[in-house]
Amino acid sequence: MSQDHTTPVRTGAVLVADEVTKAFPGALALDRVSFAARAGEVHALIGENGAGKSTLIKVLTGVYAPDAGTLTYGGEPVRFGTPLDAQHAGISTIYQEVNLVPLLSVARNLFLGREPRTRLGLIDFRRMHRETDAALRELGVRVDVTRPLRSLGVGAQQMVALARAVAVDARVVIMDEPTSSLEPREVRTLFGVIRMLRERGIAVVYVSHRLDELYEVCDAVTVLRDGRVVHTGPLAGLDRLRLVSLMLGRDMGEVRSEGATKFSGDHDPGTQPVLSAEELSLRHTLHGVSVRVRPGEVVGLGGLLGSGRSETAKAIAGALAPDSGRVVVAGAPVRTGSTPAAIRAGISLLPEDRKAEGIVPGLSVRENIALAALPALSRFGLVDEARIDAVVDTFVRRLRIKASSPRQRVGELSGGNQQKVLLARWLAMQPKVLLLDEPTRGIDVGAKAEVQGLVDELAADGLGVLLISSDMEELVEGSDRVVVLKDGAVVAELTGADVTEDALLHAIAATGEAAA
Amino acid sequence: MTELSLRGAELDKTRMVRLLQDYGVYAGVVVLFLVNVVVTPNFVSAENFRTQAVQVAPVLIVALGMALAIGSEGVDLSVGSVMALSTSLISLYLGYGPWIAILVAVLGGMLVGLANGSLIAFVGVQPIVATLALMVAGRGLALVLLPQLKDIRDPGMAALGSGGVLGIPYLALIAAALAVAVAFVVRRTTFGRRLLAIGDSRPAAQLAGLPVRRVLIGAYVLSGALAALAGVLATARLTASDPTSLGTLMELSAITAVVVGGTPLSGGRVRIGGTVAGAVLIQLLTATLIKHDLPPSWTQIAQAVVIVAAVYAARERGKR
Ligand SMILES: Nc1ncnc2c1ncn2[C@@H]1O[C@H](COP(=O)(O)OP(=O)(O)OP(=O)(O)O)[C@@H](O)[C@H]1O
Ligand SMILES: [Mg+2]
Repeated sequence: MSQDHTTPVRTGAVLVADEVTKAFPGALALDRVSFAARAGEVHALIGENGAGKSTLIKVLTGVYAPDAGTLTYGGEPVRFGTPLDAQHAGISTIYQEVNLVPLLSVARNLFLGREPRTRLGLIDFRRMHRETDAALRELGVRVDVTRPLRSLGVGAQQMVALARAVAVDARVVIMDEPTSSLEPREVRTLFGVIRMLRERGIAVVYVSHRLDELYEVCDAVTVLRDGRVVHTGPLAGLDRLRLVSLMLGRDMGEVRSEGATKFSGDHDPGTQPVLSAEELSLRHTLHGVSVRVRPGEVVGLGGLLGSGRSETAKAIAGALAPDSGRVVVAGAPVRTGSTPAAIRAGISLLPEDRKAEGIVPGLSVRENIALAALPALSRFGLVDEARIDAVVDTFVRRLRIKASSPRQRVGELSGGNQQKVLLARWLAMQPKVLLLDEPTRGIDVGAKAEVQGLVDELAADGLGVLLISSDMEELVEGSDRVVVLKDGAVVAELTGADVTEDALLHAIAATGEAAA
Repeated sequence: MTELSLRGAELDKTRMVRLLQDYGVYAGVVVLFLVNVVVTPNFVSAENFRTQAVQVAPVLIVALGMALAIGSEGVDLSVGSVMALSTSLISLYLGYGPWIAILVAVLGGMLVGLANGSLIAFVGVQPIVATLALMVAGRGLALVLLPQLKDIRDPGMAALGSGGVLGIPYLALIAAALAVAVAFVVRRTTFGRRLLAIGDSRPAAQLAGLPVRRVLIGAYVLSGALAALAGVLATARLTASDPTSLGTLMELSAITAVVVGGTPLSGGRVRIGGTVAGAVLIQLLTATLIKHDLPPSWTQIAQAVVIVAAVYAARERGKR
C-alpha cells in the first residue's frame, strides 16, 4: 500500500473518487480512476490533452454520472444528480470552458442562482453591483460590472469565474485550467487566492498545463494518462522532467529536450513588410496602433489584459471594423472590417475565444479543419473529399489531434484537442500572415513544442506571424521583436537582444506607472 | 470480469439510444406501415399507394426547403403563402403556356425567398419575424393577383397532376428527385457545408471567413423555390387555383416533418432522409386515422404526440 503510487492517501480526504470509470462512444475517458482531495491541500491534476482530467472533474461534480465506481464526500457515499447538487453540497467549480452566461451582466453572472433580494423579493441590483465591484477589485480586476460578460476578454472572464467560485462558502474548490488566459499579474492574484483557500482548510483541485506554476502552489499531484492514474503523491521531490515523462509515458532521456519552449526565435526576415497595419483606431480600445511584420518574422504583441492586443489582431483580420487606419498585405491594401477580404488577402486569425468564435461544435473534426479552406478544397462548388482527407490526415498526425475518428464531433474533444483543430484550420489555409491569439492555450507540453516548431518552420518559409501570448516565456522565446501595448496604444518596442522577459516586464510596468 | 461486462452493457445502452434517435423515424414508418397492412382493409393496393404518394409530395417538397432554413438556425414561415402566390401566378400566366407559367411561379417564390434572406442577412431581422412578415404579405399579394378560386383547364397541367410513368405518379417522382438533389446539395457542395457551419455557430463561421450573408440568402431562396414548386404541383393535382386556402398551415406540417425526422431546431444539422421519412410518417398517421373514421381532431392530437416524442428524443441527444 505504501509503495503504491497510484492509490491515493485517504486521511483527511473530503472528496474521494473510488475506481471511477466513464466511457464515451469511442473513448474510455476514465478507467478505474481513484482520486482524493484533502482539506487544506492543493492537489494538482495533470496529463496530456484528452487524458481525462476534465472528465474526472465533471464526474466529481455531477455533470456526468460514472459508469462504475463510487464517490465519497465528507465520509458519506454520494451521487450528485446535477452540478447544482454538487454546488449546494459545497463543491465550487470553475470548468475549463468558461460556463457563465455571456449575455448577462458581470454582476448577474457572479450572483447567478443566489441573487440578493430586496424586501419585495426582487433582485437587489444595487447591492449586487456593489458587492461584485468589491469582489472583483479584491482580485485586481476593474470593470463596469453592469456590462454583459461577453464584452470582457477571456482572461477577465476567467477572473469573474474565479470570483464566483470563491464567493460561495465551499469545502472544495476545483479549477480546470484557470490560468490559461491569465497574465503573470493575474496569475499571482490567483495564487494568493489559492493560498488563502488552503489556509481556510479548503480542498483545492488544480488543473494546468503550465507545469512551472504547480510548484508555487500545489502540495500533491495526480498524473493521468489515457484515462488511468499513473502516479499520485506529494509534489515535492518530483521535478518537472519527471512529471513530463509520467504524463507522456516515455523515459526521461527522450523527454529532456521537450517540454521547454521550442521556439528558436531566430529568423532571417525579408526587408519589405508582408503585413503593415497603420494607425488603427477603434473607439475606446485602439488609438493609432501600427504594427509591421516582415516575411519570416515573428512579432510578439505584449501588454496586460485589456491593453488592446486581441483587438489589434481582430482589426487586422477584419473581425472588428476600425474607425480609421489601413491594413496592407504584401503591398496591396486590404479592405478593413471584412473577414472574407482579409482571408482572401492571406491573413488568418486564430481567435482567443475558441468556444464562441472558433470551433463549430456540431461539425466533425474533418469539417472544422476544412471549413475556411473549402474554396481551395472544392471544384465547381463540389467538395473534393479525397483532398480534404489528405489535408486532415496530415494535420491530425502532425498536431497529434486525439479523436476517435476524423468524423467525431469537435464538441466532444478535450479542450486542448479543440485548440489543435482550430490551429489546423488556419494552417491549412497556407496564409501569408498568421495572427495567433494564445495559440498554445490549454495545449499539453508535447503538443506545445510541436505547435511552436510548426510556427517556426512556417516563419522560415516566409510566413509573417503576429503572436499574442499571456505566457511570457513563450512570447519572449518565440518573437524576434515585441511590440508592447498599453491602453490601446504602442508604448514600446523591444528588438534583438532586448527581447527578454525582464525587459518586457519592465516595459509594461514602466508605462503602467507613467500612465497611473 | 463482471466489471467488463457491466461497462459493455453501458456502452450498448448508449448505442441503443443513439440508434433509436437516428433511425427511430424510419422504424416508426415501418411499424405504422405494418400495422396498416394488418388492420386497414385495402391498404396494400397500388391505388392506395399512389394516393398516399400524391398527397405527401407537396408537404415533402416544402419540408426539404424548410430543412435548409432550419439547418441555418432559422425557420421559414412564409412557405404556405408562397404556395398560394405560386398558384395565383400559375393561373395568371397560364395563357403563355404551362412552362412559362411554372417558371414565373418559381421565380415568384425565389423573390419571396430573396426578401426573406435579405431581411435576415442584411437587416438582421430574426428569421421567425422576417418570414412571418412575408407570410402575411405573400398571401395578401396572392389574393390581390387572383381574388377567388379559378379552375385550371390546361391539358399539360392536368397531366402533371394526375399522370405518371410505369404507374408512378409524376408528383412522387418529382418529390423523390428533389429530395435526392437537396441531399446532394447538403452533403457534397461547399454551400451545404457552409450552411451547416453557419447554423451551428455563426460567430465562428463569420471569423472563418465564410460568406454568411450569401449562404443565408441562398437557403431562403431555395426554400422559396421549393415551396413555389409545391404550389405548382398542388395546383396541378387540384386542377384549380385557390389562393385563399392553398398552403394554409403548410409551414406547421413542414416543420413537423423536419423535426420528427431528427433535424434539430438549433441548426447545424440537416437530415434529408429523416425529413422524407418524417413527412411520410405524418401522412401515414393521418391516412390511418381517416380510414378508420376517427375525427380530424384525433389526427391533430396524434401529430402533437409525434412531435413531442421527436423533441423528447432530441433533448436526450443533447444531454447524452
Ligand atoms: N462528450 C464527449 N463525447 C465523447 N467523447 C468525449 C466527450 N468528452 C470527452 N471525451 C473524450 O474523453 C477523453 C478525455 O477528455 P477530457 O476532456 O477529460 O480530457 P482533458 O484531460 O481534460 O484534456 P485537455 O487537457 O485537452 O483539456 C478524450 O479522448 C475526449 O475525446
Ligand atoms: Mg480538459
